[in-house]
Amino acid sequence: MITSAAIVSVASSAALVILGLALLLTVWRVVAGPTLPDRILALDMLTGIAIGFIAVIAVKTGFSLYIDIAISLGLVGFLATVAFARFVLSRGNVKSPSSAPAAKQGTKTRRAGRKRR
Amino acid sequence: MMDYIVAIATALLLILGALFALSAAIGLVRLPDLYTRMHSASKAGTVGSGLLLFAAGLYSEDPAILARAIAGFIFLLLTAPVSAHLLARAAHSSGYDLGGISVLDDIQKR
Repeated sequence: MITSAAIVSVASSAALVILGLALLLTVWRVVAGPTLPDRILALDMLTGIAIGFIAVIAVKTGFSLYIDIAISLGLVGFLATVAFARFVLSRGNVKSPSSAPAAKQGTKTRRAGRKRR
Repeated sequence: MMDYIVAIATALLLILGALFALSAAIGLVRLPDLYTRMHSASKAGTVGSGLLLFAAGLYSEDPAILARAIAGFIFLLLTAPVSAHLLARAAHSSGYDLGGISVLDDIQKR
């Protein structure tokens, strides 16, 4: 007879493996993402996957205090995404004529955007 | 008996939530441009982590912890559209293009 703890143990191990795969794919998008908003989106997704990891660890170890940590991580992730969105907005248009020649290079784009404002 | 029902429900929720997160990650890698990737990450990703939180709350068999887990789920459901909309709006107004296969851009009226 399979005990109920064994069912949950196997399922949480499988969930950890699947989440690890999702984490690897998302990290690949952070590294390879062609533009800054792609990387911001992937970082947002990373906090979501980290919340999932913490919830699975809470099931696996039985410490329910981990759920509070997951909630606060969700709050931090939301605030980080909002701040990054404001940063993208304040950096200015990447296609505007004044910064068009430097549009492909990170530092020059930032400097040109700031000068334009 | 009750033990088994809770364990099987928790196991199903864990696997389902992890698969949702995996499908969001696959969409993040495979979809062609920022806005379609955002569609994948902000919907499937939110549901994935929310289901995992709900599984953790269910397995504890404590109403206080279950309430906290559901509050976390609702918080995720409320904040994910807000942050996705802010990021999409900021990216569009600072000139990041839609992908080549897009047929309509309602903000630019074309």
